[in-house]
Amino acid sequence: MPKIVFAPALQRHVALPPVVVDGATVRDVLDAALNGNDRARRYILDDQAALRKHMLIFVDGARVADRRGLSDPVQPTSEIYVLQSLSGG
Amino acid sequence: MSDRFLVATRKGLFTFERRGRGPQPWQITHTDFFGDNVSMVLHDARHGHLHAALDHGHFGVKMHRADEATRVWEELPAPAYPPRPDDLEENDMWGRPLPWSTVRVWALETGGRSEPGTLWCGTIPGGLFKSEDSGATWQIVGSLWHHPDRPKWMAGGADLPALHAILVDPRNPATVRVGVSTGGMWQTDDGGATWRVRGQGLRAEYVPPEHTHHPMYQDIHALAQCPGEPDRLWIQHHNGIFHSEDGGETWREITDVGVSTFGFAVKVHPRDGGTAWFVPAIKDEKRVPADGRFVVTRTRDGGRTFDTLTRGLPQQHAYDLVYRHALDIDGSGERLVMGSTTGGVWVSEDGGDSWLEAAGRLPPVYCVRFMAN
Repeated sequence: MPKIVFAPALQRHVALPPVVVDGATVRDVLDAALNGNDRARRYILDDQAALRKHMLIFVDGARVADRRGLSDPVQPTSEIYVLQSLSGG
Repeated sequence: MSDRFLVATRKGLFTFERRGRGPQPWQITHTDFFGDNVSMVLHDARHGHLHAALDHGHFGVKMHRADEATRVWEELPAPAYPPRPDDLEENDMWGRPLPWSTVRVWALETGGRSEPGTLWCGTIPGGLFKSEDSGATWQIVGSLWHHPDRPKWMAGGADLPALHAILVDPRNPATVRVGVSTGGMWQTDDGGATWRVRGQGLRAEYVPPEHTHHPMYQDIHALAQCPGEPDRLWIQHHNGIFHSEDGGETWREITDVGVSTFGFAVKVHPRDGGTAWFVPAIKDEKRVPADGRFVVTRTRDGGRTFDTLTRGLPQQHAYDLVYRHALDIDGSGERLVMGSTTGGVWVSEDGGDSWLEAAGRLPPVYCVRFMAN
């Protein structure tokens, strides 16, 4: 199953250790990893559940293309990194 | 008189208290959210609550609340916009989709005394929110957000429209006036169910002639209402200073103000609606004090004459700008505090005649607020 890792800078606000969860898209994996944790969701996603302006997600080293729908596919062996961009710093 | 005030800055929230009678009676007694961007702060004396709005940049806007006695902060949900309809085509001034998402909290006020849980919150990109449970939850004021004229609001200093001023009428809390940069002054008299734009007599010199006097094209930088004479209001506007004596229906432009008609902040005396303070700057491309002299201007006769107040303020190579929320007056009308973009904080205890520097090197100041004793 895919593994998702959250930026160290997020940990000051919400503790989000790496987790292995099931899913076929970035949205699936993120939803599973943040299941029930609305506070953490709001640090990563905006009011429309799109990726926040200055956040980035990489899947196996490639930046996700669909920042609004998060429909980029993930593989069972994928590693997903949720990071802050250097912009907005 | 208030012996405490809050200073919200780019790098934290500082609390000052008056201690003793020495040459520097104002001391920093608390530092909260050190290193974080605090865009707005509010003291709700009805409950002893402190509210702080943080802008984490990457991670978005967050609201925190503390009991002022314990200073233990709790994160509460920030105002959130409703789902944006998929078929909606609404762009900002730059042709990009207008974000239906809280970009900044830029106004925060308590409701009336008869509605103890009520808070109002103004945001960029222009949404007004109301809480009836002291900030535990927020609801967008849909009557204003879905108003057919709202999409005509334009960006001011920020890239998106900013609802930055909220005045709850002291006579009736169902009457609320809000100021938008740029979108004019909007008023409800039924607690937010319906809204109308007001502002006959306001003048915008940055739009085509057919819009010059249209109330909705006015770039209000700050809006102030006299608690003791609520029909007397003041506007520090992008290109002028305006005064109303009929609750905001009509406005008189005041041009003979001394240093400059440009600035961001205005505060009015709590009982005398003809007395108001401004912090002028060179318009509009420069936005620094004229000739490097940092001054406050004051009228005590409804705008007929102005004093230029300099005692205690830097008069050489001072480039301090005071943002719209960074000037405050306490309930006595004698104490004022202001904070600048270059981190200066000054207090006056004589209605602005003289000023004492309470801090010289804070981070850029966004908001100052006296705390009721």
